[in-house]
Amino acid sequence: MLTKRIIACLDVDGGRVVKGVQFRDLRDAGDPAECAAAHARDGADEIVLLDITATSGRRQTMLDVVSRTARCLFIPFTVGGGIRELSDAAAVFEAGADKIAINSAAAKDSTLIGKIAARFGSQAVVVAIDARRVNGGFEVFVAGGRIPTGRDAVQWAREAAACGAGEILLTSMDRDGTQSGFDCELVQLVADAVSIPVIASGGAGSARDFIEVFRNGRADAALAASIFHFGIENIAQLKSELHAAHVPVRWPC
Amino acid sequence: MIAIVDYGAGNLNSVKKAFDYLGAEVVVTTQPEIVATADKIVLPGVGHFSALAGLDHKGLRDALLQGAGAGKPFLGICLGMQWLFEGSDEAPQLAGAGILAGRCRPFPASVKSPHVGWNSLAVREGSRLLRYIPPDSFVYYTHSFQAPVVAATTASSEYGVQFSAAVEQGNIFGVQFHPEKSSAVGLLILKNFCEVG
Repeated sequence: MLTKRIIACLDVDGGRVVKGVQFRDLRDAGDPAECAAAHARDGADEIVLLDITATSGRRQTMLDVVSRTARCLFIPFTVGGGIRELSDAAAVFEAGADKIAINSAAAKDSTLIGKIAARFGSQAVVVAIDARRVNGGFEVFVAGGRIPTGRDAVQWAREAAACGAGEILLTSMDRDGTQSGFDCELVQLVADAVSIPVIASGGAGSARDFIEVFRNGRADAALAASIFHFGIENIAQLKSELHAAHVPVRWPC
Repeated sequence: MIAIVDYGAGNLNSVKKAFDYLGAEVVVTTQPEIVATADKIVLPGVGHFSALAGLDHKGLRDALLQGAGAGKPFLGICLGMQWLFEGSDEAPQLAGAGILAGRCRPFPASVKSPHVGWNSLAVREGSRLLRYIPPDSFVYYTHSFQAPVVAATTASSEYGVQFSAAVEQGNIFGVQFHPEKSSAVGLLILKNFCEVG
């Protein structure tokens, strides 16, 4: 049976893992390669590494981090942040990523999705969408959540899928870092609108939150960062609780 | 030496990295001559079945068929496993190797496609490639088309339909999933391939 994936996310700034609340107030949480390996040992189904500063001068630092992290990682490894064109994506794949996540650049020019998919396959292209509740709907924000686009998140997810995206990484900005639960309404709207997998992100705080986003949100995978870094919820413990609640997970692993 | 065949279908780094980790001597190559001198052959690949046309363009098809026919251990991964069959509805004009009977088809409409994530294996006894793999192990998949369960099937998975997860016929091996991304289970499968004689 296909299982629900638990994805550990590492937000990286200047070569270190950090975590903020609602995209602000960053705290140091360790070395990316060590964190990734620890999460994999702990039962993470996948690792996502997001370069949250992504200034052009730091690209080489980031590629070194990717390469160091990939070396001993034998589960799927996604890298995002600062990928603006095909050559950026190619460099990240070359460094050892299995998939790339694109956000602002795809929103600006959706043909980038197809360009990367044509060269590396759709399975390697994750389109990340940051959405916030605005006037009863969900609006897409770009540039690390700073710039509103006026675009509807569900519509954009549909378009991204049609352009060749392999997965959607959907972050609720309202819930990010709050540990108050995933936005199941947002996740369900997008999951029902596309046939590609939807990864729910933003708001994970307890095993109950994961159970709800898989059952009610119909997420294919759920991603969390802060709860795993500071040991509030250990992945192995989380998976055993999901298993006990009859959510199909890779357990034991 | 194990030749990992590069015919332009995606990123082969992770396959090479896994074999490197296991201490195997591997070469990523686009050259039929290198394939001809290899002891074992790995045909990876992800994406659309039409990418396999790259084998013809680079003159690799004959080298693969000769190596497989000469009894060299041959491992097809994902698209590489699908190539062992007669063809795929994904690119009907393109012939597979035809080493195994049957065609690859899309998943039924009752499930989302592509099939992405960790699924469990129902393992049949007696496989050399799946030696010591516990019966309900999980492996990582990402694909839109699936190969039927045939006599050579050594493991199957279920996703709207039972499909071939692994096949084995003499020196010919194939896995639909990605062993290089399937954690300890996947590494053990690759190690088994390194050790088949």
